[in-house]
Amino acid sequence: MTLGLTGIALPLAAFEIIDPRKLMAQEASDKSKVRWVFLVDTYKCTGCGLCVKACKIENEIPYDANVTRTWVERYVLTKSGQVFVDSPEGARDGFTTTKIDLASAGTKDINKDDIEKAFFVPKLCNQCDNPPCVQVCPVGATYQTPDGVVLVDNKWCIGCGYCIMGCPYGVRFFHPVHHVADKCNFCYHRITKGMKTVCVDACPFEARQIGNIRNPNDPVTKTILTKRVGVLKEEYGTKPQVFYIGLSKEVK
Amino acid sequence: MVHGEIWTIKELFVYPNEYIYWSIQIVMYPFMTGLVAGAFVLSSLYHVFGINQLKEMARFALVFSFALLFVAPLTLMLHLQFPERGINVLMTPHFTSAIAAFGIVFMTYSCIVASELWFLYRKHFITIVLALRNKQDKRLMERGKYLLFNTLTLGTYDVSEGALHRDEKAVKILAGVGIPVACFLHGYAGFIFGSVKANALWMTPLMPVIFIMSAGVSGIALCMLTYIITMEIRKILAKRRKAPARMPYVEKLRSIEFYEIQITSKYLLIFLIFSVTLELLDLIFRGYTGVKSWDVLRSVIYEKDFISIFVLQYGIGNFIPLILFSLPRITIRRALIGALMVLFGVFMMRWNVVIGGQAFSLSFAGYMHYVMPIVPHDVESFKEGLAGALSIMAMPFILFWIINKIFPVFAENEQG
Repeated sequence: MTLGLTGIALPLAAFEIIDPRKLMAQEASDKSKVRWVFLVDTYKCTGCGLCVKACKIENEIPYDANVTRTWVERYVLTKSGQVFVDSPEGARDGFTTTKIDLASAGTKDINKDDIEKAFFVPKLCNQCDNPPCVQVCPVGATYQTPDGVVLVDNKWCIGCGYCIMGCPYGVRFFHPVHHVADKCNFCYHRITKGMKTVCVDACPFEARQIGNIRNPNDPVTKTILTKRVGVLKEEYGTKPQVFYIGLSKEVK
Repeated sequence: MVHGEIWTIKELFVYPNEYIYWSIQIVMYPFMTGLVAGAFVLSSLYHVFGINQLKEMARFALVFSFALLFVAPLTLMLHLQFPERGINVLMTPHFTSAIAAFGIVFMTYSCIVASELWFLYRKHFITIVLALRNKQDKRLMERGKYLLFNTLTLGTYDVSEGALHRDEKAVKILAGVGIPVACFLHGYAGFIFGSVKANALWMTPLMPVIFIMSAGVSGIALCMLTYIITMEIRKILAKRRKAPARMPYVEKLRSIEFYEIQITSKYLLIFLIFSVTLELLDLIFRGYTGVKSWDVLRSVIYEKDFISIFVLQYGIGNFIPLILFSLPRITIRRALIGALMVLFGVFMMRWNVVIGGQAFSLSFAGYMHYVMPIVPHDVESFKEGLAGALSIMAMPFILFWIINKIFPVFAENEQG
């Protein structure tokens, strides 16, 4: 009798009422189903710099410090074939003058009639699939999460700067307050909670988008798969995951 | 202020986060490890290959290498943003990084040098301990000395002929094992730079080999320089007759010094020729292949850094010493000037690699100029400025002076 009861009790205990919300949450936390990527439409960027400003505030990068997790570059190509590039203070305040900032070499005013073409290119960490910064960190303080984002453990970083040297895109720097390596992390604290990165939210022209390349229904995935997109400095073998629409050969 | 901002001047288009992050202490780091490795290789020439002419220099070079050994990691400590976390490299080494194994390689090498020194000076320790042991009413200093040397004997007092013979054998083995480890230590420093694919100037498989050769050059030159200075001091002391009676006469000292310098300068010349050849090969190859980065590299090498590369490094640091050492009938004065120039040249080579590698932007569209902080006004400008560099430069000599009290370089001669 007792044995029979136990026999009934066991399979009953194995049954559990499945909550669909719980199941969905589990799926979201399954990292193999998420790979964050970024899409930049350079045709839409106007160089207003709101993304840079928002990033600095959101991620607590001192506003007046000359380092930034994201920035916007301005390219001006003249009819004579010259290429001018600048990004004054990372375009934190946008491009307020037509003069090109040449750093210690002063500024250069280009006659409007001499300009062949001009455009803006936002930059941020490429969250590479083969990140050289992770490879060179001697203590493993910088690492790649299963969903593809490269993070920095600021309590373990020794501040050797090898990762800064190893990044071909110049996205890394020493945080002016914490004195450890710092970089864009696709606002990891936001994207893992279902929000978008602050730069995406701050962009008034939808030039910036974030998506999950493992989700075929994601509009970003659809664009990357169906349109012509480019990446930066492919020759370094880093497999960058920030895709650009309208990338030009002059882009550094 | 952002790290690196005070000494970096940007020109044209440089990415906003780019600064000269690796400054003077990273120039000092390969310079110092190069000296360590070079000095060790020089000492091993005698022990392993039995080049008897180098007997006195060998002992000297080994002790000096030991003094330099403590200074090399200090440069990294001064460079780190968190020196107190430096130990993390040993705690969680991330082996895909070229720096991660530094701790292990360096420790291995230190153990080899320390044990070789121990075998070399074992008899000396025991002699001192036995002399002090029987002495009554030891003064405080003597008691301290007894304690120190007694510890250094590690509890063994065997000075029989058989034991001493085994010591010699151990020294020979350690010196032999030490050569590849020393080359590895410094080749590895070269690899740290050569493997950075993001840096167009650094990335070359020749970098470790160039580093090993220039290590030999600088290590031998520094040993020569310090040896000459020490011998000159000994000569002056002998002349003043303040020296112990057993010290060899001035003439004898002069002939030993001349002999050692004559032989050592030949080895220096060999390393120098290899080093210059490889560096020029690298330069020619870059120009000939002319890949994407060559435009910016050419403007850095032939324009921006022309003086520091072609005049200071190749001219003063390589070609003039090459002539000085190649001319027949070398004199002590010529060797001294040559050694000084060679040391300067190797320092400039490190400078041109480390600072030169950051003289251009990753965008290839702009430049960065390094302005070394001369007068320190905060910790950062002290550590990574002239003051920090000079402190590092002076340290091996101070350490050598202290270590020499325990491992007397000239002990045997003075006893003889």
